[in-house]
Amino acid sequence: MPAETIVEVKEIDMTYEGGVEALAGVSLALPEGRISTFLGPSGCGKTTLLKIIAGLIPPTHGEIWVKGKKVDGPGPERAFVFQDFALLPWANVLRNVAFGLELRGLPAQERHAIARKHIAEVGLKSFEASYPHQLSGGMRQRVGLARALSVDADIILMDEPFSSVDEQTRRKFQEELLDLLRHKHKTVIFVTHSIEEAAYLSDQIILLSPRPGTISNIIRPNIDREGRNPDEIRRDKNYLDAVDEIWEILKHYV
Amino acid sequence: MERKSAVISPLVWQLISFALFFGLWEIAGRWPISFAFPPFSKTLLALLRMLADGSLPKAYLSTLQPLIIGIVLCSVAGIGFGIGMGLSRAIEWFSLPVFIILQAAPMAAIIPLITYMYGIGLTSKVLAVVVLAAPVIVMNSYKGIRNTNPSLIQMCRAFLGTRRQEMIKIILPHAAALIFAGLRLGLAMGFIGIVIAELLITPTGIGDLITYHSSVADYPEMFAAIASIILFAALTIHALERLEQRLFPPETRGLEDAG
Repeated sequence: MPAETIVEVKEIDMTYEGGVEALAGVSLALPEGRISTFLGPSGCGKTTLLKIIAGLIPPTHGEIWVKGKKVDGPGPERAFVFQDFALLPWANVLRNVAFGLELRGLPAQERHAIARKHIAEVGLKSFEASYPHQLSGGMRQRVGLARALSVDADIILMDEPFSSVDEQTRRKFQEELLDLLRHKHKTVIFVTHSIEEAAYLSDQIILLSPRPGTISNIIRPNIDREGRNPDEIRRDKNYLDAVDEIWEILKHYV
Repeated sequence: MERKSAVISPLVWQLISFALFFGLWEIAGRWPISFAFPPFSKTLLALLRMLADGSLPKAYLSTLQPLIIGIVLCSVAGIGFGIGMGLSRAIEWFSLPVFIILQAAPMAAIIPLITYMYGIGLTSKVLAVVVLAAPVIVMNSYKGIRNTNPSLIQMCRAFLGTRRQEMIKIILPHAAALIFAGLRLGLAMGFIGIVIAELLITPTGIGDLITYHSSVADYPEMFAAIASIILFAALTIHALERLEQRLFPPETRGLEDAG
């Protein structure tokens, strides 16, 4: 699958204060318009790597290039979806979704119109005036996703977005996510510790080994998702092979 | 029916509790133990007399003046300082130990020192209020700022918020509830401070009423003055607490998001 590289990770080392080595010599190319996943056991530095790409953590050594330019901080072409949702508890859904645009100084009317569109897209229409504490975990994460979509970034970085929602919600959300992103031509970089989730969603799975995190394998499941329903995908031979292959590699680390 | 009684009963219980308390006071006051302990009925009558002749309202005017000046000073300087401590490691390092000690120390003990330095005028009384109220106001503001959910700050940065926006849109709203609670606790301390000052420095206002009536053995009046300041402080603090609940409902404070 020939796709242009949109994010390049060049020889990233990350050592935390106190000497914990989170990542060592990580180099990667992430293709445009695809879903790439960082997968690995806890402590493999996958969230750290994602946050380095987001520009939220400065690496000890190495460079991040986005769309052919070196970056050293967050940028408008990248949007982040947080594991713990990171919603303003004192703001309603509409303001939370529009918050990225609010920070960019867009007038209220404009940003609310954009936010409403994305709120409807993630299936939260009529919840605009609700507050985060009134929503379930799955709904809160939809708010987080809508906020990331609202700023119209090319790259969406997701840090274990489904880890705090229940299994049914998770499956439904995954399916909707695939559906949504397929139409938007977004590049998604995704962190998870679920093998099935990685195989189901990703075009490219980057397996990380723990302490310090290094790239162990890259797997491209090559599942044909076009026009097929979720159950067909989950019975696809390539999907099942990918799950097996990943498990064969990961079980050495646990 | 059940729901209705569930709503009514706390109020009924409260009334019963008050009636019991005042009843026991009445009985205890009629017991010939001490001449200096008047029953509830006489105290209440004395209170009404003092309201009618204007001595109580006048006393409150003079008591509230240093209290309000002191609390306003603390609100401006104390909150500002607490926020500064929360934001700057240097200010925190420099002043956190001082405020931790101040918060734990029995500050009433330094009131005689204040009199020695600043005399017996308004300044001393304002200072007495400030000395008692400031530590809790500063510490609450500081904690409010310092406890900001780090994930929200990261979110703000990820969506290209400036440091200024981070302050105004994340940190301050997040800290507002704790800062307000600090003001309420500060006012409670301020009441203690002003009464101590009025008893210890020079008798003015409510302190004067208490001292004077006790010196001429008007015990019902003395008790009425004491009871009135207790009642006044309790009602004020309670009203602020209600306001706090309304302004910052616990669900929107974001405490549960921290985990």
